[in-house]
Amino acid sequence: MSALVEIRNLSKIYERGKQKIEVLHHVQLDIEAGDFMALMGPSGSGKTTLLNLIGGLDSPTDGSITIGGQRIDRLSESALAKWRSSHVGFVFQFYNLLPMLSARRNVELPLLLTRLSAAQRKRNAAVALQLVGLADRAAHKPGELSGGQQQRVAIARAIVSDPTLLVCDEPTGDLDRQSAAEVLTLLQQLNRDHGKTIIMVTHDPKAAEFAKHTLQLDKGSLVASAQAAPA
Amino acid sequence: MKYLQLVWSAMFRRKTRTVFTLLSVLAAFLLFGLLDSVRSAFANAASSVAGVDRLVTVSKISFTMSLPKSLLSGIAALPGVAKVTYANWFGGIYQDPKNFFANEAVADNFFDLYPEWQLSQAERTAFRTTRTGAVVGESLAKKYNWKLGDKIPLQATIFPQKNGGNAWTFDLVGIYRVSNPKQKNQESILFFNWDYFDEARAFGNGNVGWYITQVSDRKLAQQVADAIDALSANSDHETKTQTEQAFNAAFVSQYGDIGLIVGAIMGAVFFTLILLTGNTMAQAVRERVPELAVLKTIGFSNHSVLALLLAESVLLIVFGGAIGLLLAGVVVDAVRAAVGETVPMTRVGAAIWLRGVGLMVLIGLIVGALPARRGMRLRIVDALAGR
Ligand SMILES: Nc1ncnc2c1ncn2[C@@H]1O[C@H](COP(=O)(O)OP(=O)(O)OP(=O)(O)O)[C@@H](O)[C@H]1O
Ligand SMILES: [Mg+2]
Repeated sequence: MSALVEIRNLSKIYERGKQKIEVLHHVQLDIEAGDFMALMGPSGSGKTTLLNLIGGLDSPTDGSITIGGQRIDRLSESALAKWRSSHVGFVFQFYNLLPMLSARRNVELPLLLTRLSAAQRKRNAAVALQLVGLADRAAHKPGELSGGQQQRVAIARAIVSDPTLLVCDEPTGDLDRQSAAEVLTLLQQLNRDHGKTIIMVTHDPKAAEFAKHTLQLDKGSLVASAQAAPA
Repeated sequence: MKYLQLVWSAMFRRKTRTVFTLLSVLAAFLLFGLLDSVRSAFANAASSVAGVDRLVTVSKISFTMSLPKSLLSGIAALPGVAKVTYANWFGGIYQDPKNFFANEAVADNFFDLYPEWQLSQAERTAFRTTRTGAVVGESLAKKYNWKLGDKIPLQATIFPQKNGGNAWTFDLVGIYRVSNPKQKNQESILFFNWDYFDEARAFGNGNVGWYITQVSDRKLAQQVADAIDALSANSDHETKTQTEQAFNAAFVSQYGDIGLIVGAIMGAVFFTLILLTGNTMAQAVRERVPELAVLKTIGFSNHSVLALLLAESVLLIVFGGAIGLLLAGVVVDAVRAAVGETVPMTRVGAAIWLRGVGLMVLIGLIVGALPARRGMRLRIVDALAGR
């Protein structure tokens, strides 16, 4: 059985003037459907770069990325945008919610790109908010929510269109212990109960313990893979 | 429109700034509405007259200079001339200088040249046979509540009577109607007998203000005009003959080229508006870079981001501009109610709205173009990393 994510010989080179910086060197990686993978490594090792490539936010210099049987490195920019809208959910360190919209409207955003009716969009957003435990905060604006709550709204937004893959870049990087634990438990639950495949970048070994596997990236190469203790 | 909420909320992200921007858009379009109303009034006045087969002959030096009445027989004898009549500006005042309306002394065949005005045969005859008779347009009669048989006193400002008095009194013997709604402003004139005027006035006797000539074929208009002017060539009263339409346009331009002035003012106002709102939009996009990156991450295409930002700037201008034009409509109606229909302002109707909204959309697109392009070109990974 082939993996959900197949990465072959992946390289990413940034050019700054005449200087070339090879951020990723020939990365080989398979991620099975249903996995919860933590990606660790020192600052500048290329974690965000790898995550953005998997999420289809950027294109590789060399190599291939196949997700669910589709070569996403070959898609045009607009085709990639369309692919993202139905296949990947994103969670960022700084939540990145639209400050003027209520929690529900924020969660609804990805659904604007679908054919769903206003009533269906509202219902799906309500279900997603329910799932992250914020049904009672639907009408609140981001500014009226705590950091942990905002991140849960962001997670609701990431899962509302039911993507197979969730990519999270330091989702707990800006949260206190308690809120971080809540967010990580939520991700674990989404992985276990809803079958979401999750790739999460983190600096925090405690956060990585919530994942099923941990990958180490160093200077653009995967160095080790360790099995985390099952939770 | 499921994106409207998104655009609307983005617009009010910085409330104070948006309100101030809206106010300046509002002010600009309030001004536009008022000026365009004035400009339209003058444009209508210049083009509302049918008269392409009527020629107006005035002194070449100035249309306020009079011409000898002896020209009449010469003009009438020219080939291609069907009818000729003459008139004098009187400039009388009814009760109060605020009650401005045109009043002219005209020859007894004057109305024969204006068949498009409805005046009964009995009234035409009465005008001819009543020495002190006067005929007014229906709008004017309604305004001052005049009925046939009324005596209308006018206070002379230019022409006193031989006895030195300024009081002229006329007997209302006819009321004419103009059916073409575009020419309704021609219903605000009082005409009285030139013979009475010429006998009674203290000076200028035997001279007329201008001649009106009807040509037998409008194709001959230029030829006849040239022939009329040739009659007085090299005399001390050289003439200038044009179609009535051209004459009216020229008359209007005595007030300066209203269109040009309005255009120049609005150009300056809109230029300032574009700089101002352009800056607002640029700022709005700059501070929203991470949010725009999120929209793209979620799957909004580059073009939908472009469209969203353009929609935002168009909405901003249309919203503020529409309020401004509405206000202009209220102001114009109030002025017209206070001063009367003679004020040179047309109502803020469909034509002005059409031009106004067209301008709003255009300015919105201009203002939004650069910021929207920036938003469209935004690279997600750079924006997310704050680069
Ligand atoms: N657009 C770019 N242009 C030039 N260099 C870049 C660009 N994006 C990333 N880099 C460089 O690539 C390297 C890896 O960056 P990346 O953001 O992937 O690191 P990271 O592992 O996520 O680090 P951190 O833990 O600090 O988030 C860094 O040296 C960075 O400066
Ligand atoms: Mg990073």
